[in-house]
Amino acid sequence: MTVAPQDLKPRALVSGASFNRGDRVFNRVITLAAFTALFVLAGITVFLGYQFIPVVQEQGLFFFTGSAWDPAAGRYGIWAMVYGSILLSVIALIVAVPASLLLSIFMVFLAPRRVSAVLTNLVDLMAAIPSIILGLWGFWVFQQVAADWSELLNRYFGWIPLFQNSSGNFTGTPFIAGLVLAVMMIPITTSVTREVMARTPPELINAAESLGCSLYSMLRHVALPFGRGGLIGGVMLGLGRALGETVAVFFVIKLVFDVNLFRILESEGGSVASMIVAKFGEANEQELQVLLAAGFVLFVGTLIVNLIANAIVGRTGRLSS
Amino acid sequence: MSSTPPATPAATPASTPTAAGGSPAMQSRHLSVWFGKRKVLEDVNISFPANTCTALIGPSGCGKSTYIRTLNRLHELIPGAGLAGDVLHNGRDIYARDVDPVTVRLAIGMVFQKPNPFPSMTIRGNVLSGLKLSGMKRPNHDEIVEDTLRKAGLWNEVKDRLSHAAGELSGGQAQRLVIARALAVQPQVLLMDEPCSALDPASTLKIEETIRELAESITIIIVTHNMQQATRVSDYTAFFLAAENEPGIVVEQGATTEIFSNPQDPRTLDYVNGRFG
Ligand SMILES: Nc1ncnc2c1ncn2[C@@H]1O[C@H](COP(=O)(O)OP(=O)(O)OP(=O)(O)O)[C@@H](O)[C@H]1O
Ligand SMILES: [Mg+2]
Repeated sequence: MTVAPQDLKPRALVSGASFNRGDRVFNRVITLAAFTALFVLAGITVFLGYQFIPVVQEQGLFFFTGSAWDPAAGRYGIWAMVYGSILLSVIALIVAVPASLLLSIFMVFLAPRRVSAVLTNLVDLMAAIPSIILGLWGFWVFQQVAADWSELLNRYFGWIPLFQNSSGNFTGTPFIAGLVLAVMMIPITTSVTREVMARTPPELINAAESLGCSLYSMLRHVALPFGRGGLIGGVMLGLGRALGETVAVFFVIKLVFDVNLFRILESEGGSVASMIVAKFGEANEQELQVLLAAGFVLFVGTLIVNLIANAIVGRTGRLSS
Repeated sequence: MSSTPPATPAATPASTPTAAGGSPAMQSRHLSVWFGKRKVLEDVNISFPANTCTALIGPSGCGKSTYIRTLNRLHELIPGAGLAGDVLHNGRDIYARDVDPVTVRLAIGMVFQKPNPFPSMTIRGNVLSGLKLSGMKRPNHDEIVEDTLRKAGLWNEVKDRLSHAAGELSGGQAQRLVIARALAVQPQVLLMDEPCSALDPASTLKIEETIRELAESITIIIVTHNMQQATRVSDYTAFFLAAENEPGIVVEQGATTEIFSNPQDPRTLDYVNGRFG
């Protein structure tokens, strides 16, 4: 056996170092900016976590699994709101994802160039509408229309538990709040998915075309698998907005601290973010702490969703054979 | 468009290759092509006899790629594309109203300059992708995979990793994979637009070998900038040329040996001897 030479050490490779003074200053500034962002994020986490721990100690498991807001008894449980966030997000996703995909497919592959340019600008403009405006619109304009749709849904599909309604009041429902969230998601998600679709390499499109394939199978086997990561990213960006949305949901939903499992046409629901906005104004010291703890839960939840999405994106897609 | 018979001496000054064989597999008659208002090809008349290989040569930008893309109706997918004249496949106008472009593209396959296997599919998946994408039904997929990969000269290199990602192949292997993919849908004509331009000499030779074998059973039309390649693989050659701000035309066409050893037009002589373009 040969003995490995003792003095064989890998040399330090300083990549990115530059002898140019301007470059070095620039690198420092960039690094500093990046770390500032990290510090701010860490600061928020610590601050929220600091509020979160005593609340959990005080409320115990009830904080996560219970549903109550009782300042008199000092009992707080946010499960209904957490679940409400999930329910609203699911409704928003079910509506917004297909709509965004279809819209971006239309803009990239079907629409004449001029129409597609106009649509692109329009979508970007919509993405910039402040959520308070959408909330007002949801409350004053959309709510009535959506309530009418809900009534129709209830009349014809009321036999499905999903569409049951016991009160006859169709406003303030998770359905409407979910739709408002979908309206917020669509422009953001669409602007990303459009960009991703537009980047399908032309040579792959050429290949598919020369094999005599329809638009549908080109999308299914070429464009969508190719853009998978970016498409998921677009959906996540939209979902992030939906999860954190406060005002718009607050305007259109009737906040009830009771888990509404699936009856989306029932006038009761909520979400963590809208709860915070609803209770914040007249909160006493203890309530304030609970709200911050709820904020921490929302923060962690969003983080988890993003981690899952990252994992999905990172996993190389299953190869089709 | 026009009712002129195919090879009127007036329309095609140089002798038409058809003279050699029976009826041509492909033929373009008085074909002119536009991008928007810009005419890039004018009155192209070429016949491609069945089971032969024809090389299209000419300087960059004279319209060879454009021409080859009109032969399987890929040209029309570009916004603003226009075309006059007609293209016959087995005597039928492929641009006729009742012809489905999908059927045309299946019968007339294409290999592009840049290898373009589908990265989200395995090697095997790529070979079979034409069947999947077009919904064509053929039994015995394993046999198709082996047979086409053998024809493309790739079988021995990939037979043990058919389920690997196509992305791990080298450029030359990827190009041969793409050829196998084109063959799997059993085209009668194969269009190749500079298929070897991104490849090393060894891969190039392999693909040329493949082309010569394929030309025994199907009709091949290949664009190339490599004069030696044209002489090695083709039976016939057509020389395209575009004067500045003029549409491209076919200056001369005929048997490859004739075009290279005894061209009638001085411009052809200059080009094949590498004096311009
Ligand atoms: N999509 C397009 N839109 C507008 N003009 C185009 C388009 N594609 C090609 N052209 C023009 O048509 C002419 C012919 O181009 P083409 O690609 O057919 O040339 P080529 O002979 O294949 O050249 P090369 O040998 O460099 O590949 C060129 O002047 C080119 O600028
Ligand atoms: Mg070209």
